[in-house]
Amino acid sequence: MGTITEELFSRRLGRPVHAGDTVIAEVDVAMAHDVTGPLAIEAFRTLGLPLWDARRIVFSFDHVMPANTVAAAELHRVIREFCVEHTITNLFAEGICHQVMVDRRLARPGGIVVGADSHSTTYGALGCFATGLGSTDIGVVFATGKTWFRIPETIRIDVRGALPPGVYAKDLALHVIAQMGADGADYCAVEWGGEAVAAMSVDERLTLCNLSTDFGAKTGIVEPDSVTFAHAGGEPVELPPVRPDYARTLVVDAARLRPQVAVHPSIDNVHDIDDVSGTPLDEVFIGSCTNGRLSDLAIAASILSGRTVHPRTRTIVVPASRGVYLDALSAGYIEIFARAGALVLNPGCGPCLGRQHGVVGPGERVLSTSNRNYPGRMGSPDAQIFLASPAVAAASAFAGAITDPATLEPVA
Amino acid sequence: MSGRVFLLGDGVSTDAIMPGRYNVTTDPDALRRACLIEARPDFVETVQPGDVIVAGRNFGCGSSREHAPLSIKRNGVAAVIAASFARIFYRNAVNIGLPVIRCADAHRVLRDGDEVTVDALTGTIATRTTTLHGEPPSGVALRIIEAGSLVELIRRGGGWSALEERRVS
Repeated sequence: MGTITEELFSRRLGRPVHAGDTVIAEVDVAMAHDVTGPLAIEAFRTLGLPLWDARRIVFSFDHVMPANTVAAAELHRVIREFCVEHTITNLFAEGICHQVMVDRRLARPGGIVVGADSHSTTYGALGCFATGLGSTDIGVVFATGKTWFRIPETIRIDVRGALPPGVYAKDLALHVIAQMGADGADYCAVEWGGEAVAAMSVDERLTLCNLSTDFGAKTGIVEPDSVTFAHAGGEPVELPPVRPDYARTLVVDAARLRPQVAVHPSIDNVHDIDDVSGTPLDEVFIGSCTNGRLSDLAIAASILSGRTVHPRTRTIVVPASRGVYLDALSAGYIEIFARAGALVLNPGCGPCLGRQHGVVGPGERVLSTSNRNYPGRMGSPDAQIFLASPAVAAASAFAGAITDPATLEPVA
Repeated sequence: MSGRVFLLGDGVSTDAIMPGRYNVTTDPDALRRACLIEARPDFVETVQPGDVIVAGRNFGCGSSREHAPLSIKRNGVAAVIAASFARIFYRNAVNIGLPVIRCADAHRVLRDGDEVTVDALTGTIATRTTTLHGEPPSGVALRIIEAGSLVELIRRGGGWSALEERRVS
């Protein structure tokens, strides 16, 4: 028995494969979005081969949806026409590609999924091998259904004990990234396990696997269990890694964790919140494929209920998908955000990549629940980006400065 | 091929190479002009065909955007030499035929503006006074480089058969 990754590929290929092997394997689904899709289509057209399988190709308009420039509208047109030409019906404009893949059950336990977006690692939370590729690789999959993989070594993150109240999957991931470094899992699979992960919801596991790419991992993965199958439906897939040969194991004592903040300019520049609390903020963004799900919005709403955001801190909330948006509406979260003075935008990538709205100016400080704080990521290269959990984001929006939610006075 | 060194640091992200505000297009010339527009504003104005980018660890980290290596290639860069590459960037560069060389020391030994001669197939990087030996692509990546691009490799073979027959390893 091997690692989960070795097991998945051995099953797919009908022969045992091991870390270090290079294989060509068929995938279950190939995804591209409005920015990477057109280059994938160009690659596909240059090949001059027939389409592999229209049912297993997915496009999502999310990075610039609705289009904010003529150029963006043109990208959408290219993809729409391609889908009409090839009878591809999986064309969505209802939120972030990764959340749509989860909402629509397009990524399944036991599968192999590739996407033309680095955060395609997200679906590993459902017990599949999921990885990000570039447009050309995805264009080749559109024609052949296959791509090449070097079977990665696996790093096990063994999270023992329980996370304390107010500490979330985001804090755990940032803590691990600080330990490993921003390239600490390069070319490896990262397997998240242990008591704290077993106790997590699918939403939280998606956060862990999403952030796996941000310390270099080829995939993040959580062994599928009853939580996975309660979410995914269908027949459970048995994946018993009996004595997996991990390249490395990192043990984390969950109970010792505090809320974490990744400080400009890199994701591995992580501090306990106390080190940076009080830093004034011009913008707070709650959303993204990392932390724009219902449970994230629930946490933020619980903090912003009965409060208003600080006048100096424009606060932007973006549900990850239409499904999340509708559930948040039903639960009353959207009204809480609106009454608090936050701007609730349509499902999609939002301000995360500084392209559409919520773009930050020179010298500004933004705290975001997303995944990247590279200089220039959200707008001006002279802005500072802090990354934290939805709880810290909501408390900070209220206070106008980086704030530990535990320090807030109760609402009168 | 000979050219000048553009020296960059560690952790140069695809956001630095091609900020998200500039890649809402597939137009090759628009991408060329936006290359390193904020991280190295003199790059596009001064780069000459044959010049090389030399960087530290984790070059091309972040977004999978292939627009980043495309923009470098469109500027005529002969090779990107880095202590290490982020996985997707490396793969994208190979796929489009942009030479990439791993070299642990180049960013410490070479200086911005140095004249170097680079052999992308052997990984040899030579100045007038020193020669460094980097690691060029191997395995499947080498097959792609030899074909010119992934699209060419697959197009000529009508699929993956050429690689599958060899039981690549």
